[in-house]
Amino acid sequence: MADTQTRPEELAGKHMHASAHSHGHDEHDGAAHGSMREYVIGFLLSVVLTAVPFWLVMSGAIADKQATALVIMAFAIVQIVVHMIYFLHMNTKSEGGWTMMALIFTVIIVVIALSGSLWVMYHLNYNMMPSMSEMGQLP
Amino acid sequence: MTANTADARTVSAQVPDHGLSQEQLQEAFYDLDEHDHPEGGSTMLGFWIYLMSDCLIFAMLFAAYGVLGGNFAAGPGPKELFELPLIALNTAMLLFSSITYGFAMLAMEKGSVKGTQLWLLVTGFFGLCFLGIEIYEFTHLIMEGAGPWRSGFLTAFFSLVGTHGLHVTFGLIWLVTLVIQVGMKGLIPANKRRLMCLSLFWHFLDVIWIGVFTFVYLMGML
Repeated sequence: MADTQTRPEELAGKHMHASAHSHGHDEHDGAAHGSMREYVIGFLLSVVLTAVPFWLVMSGAIADKQATALVIMAFAIVQIVVHMIYFLHMNTKSEGGWTMMALIFTVIIVVIALSGSLWVMYHLNYNMMPSMSEMGQLP
Repeated sequence: MTANTADARTVSAQVPDHGLSQEQLQEAFYDLDEHDHPEGGSTMLGFWIYLMSDCLIFAMLFAAYGVLGGNFAAGPGPKELFELPLIALNTAMLLFSSITYGFAMLAMEKGSVKGTQLWLLVTGFFGLCFLGIEIYEFTHLIMEGAGPWRSGFLTAFFSLVGTHGLHVTFGLIWLVTLVIQVGMKGLIPANKRRLMCLSLFWHFLDVIWIGVFTFVYLMGML
């Protein structure tokens, strides 16, 4: 049979196949490029998103520490997203969506690893802590 | 045009009709032909996956800091050690270097060799300032006797912030290499690719720093 390569309609099909798949072989669809406007917007946003948490902590504007912690964590998350969009030019289309896939996978692993470690170690600390009655028996 | 197609016919007789020929079905499931892989075509995706694995390294260091961050071993804690104005300055340096790298990328797209080199050097200058401030901070801590050996908190702190600093150091070496390479070979596709990889690397380090200044410095001072 049949060297399929020689059949013209097959060849056409192959080209369609290759382009439909978009493996990102083309140099320019790999990472999206930014524009001056994007970089400036990203920069201004991240200046604000950095300055506000520093100001909050340095001035102690919010008396409640836990509230301050939550607010600066929210600012950090927003700033990370800003950097991802404006500086790293993340979008769902680059490399045929595979960069986004890798990012989502990584975020899931990071969340599991971080929350898991903190949770487990906190409980370990708690359970290993000598109770007051035991403390009394210490030399 | 014999055995294979005949085979295919018998198979397609058994499967429900998708309106696809056997060849199309096969193509949908297997890469039957090795298609053309231009040089560097998969570099950006590969580099991104490297960055994601690097992200996991930092996640582990953050987890270690989260677990050990309260173990002061009767030594100094964040409030006695950290100076927020210095960290604010450090953060500003890294932010400036991020936008100047952006300008280098824009100059690269315009095809300006001199512009690219200039903005890369400006980026390198800010990166160097960042490193200088960090080294000053580290030596200051060590001189005060708050080195990584002092407590679990300081071990985790030096590992996390030090690893980030090491990344910046290697980024700077890479940056200087690229300034020279762009000067020697111009903005050839390979150099453009390298500049794009370093761009990802550099902005990625900035993202990690957001986590560091928020969780280590700001939360530590609360």
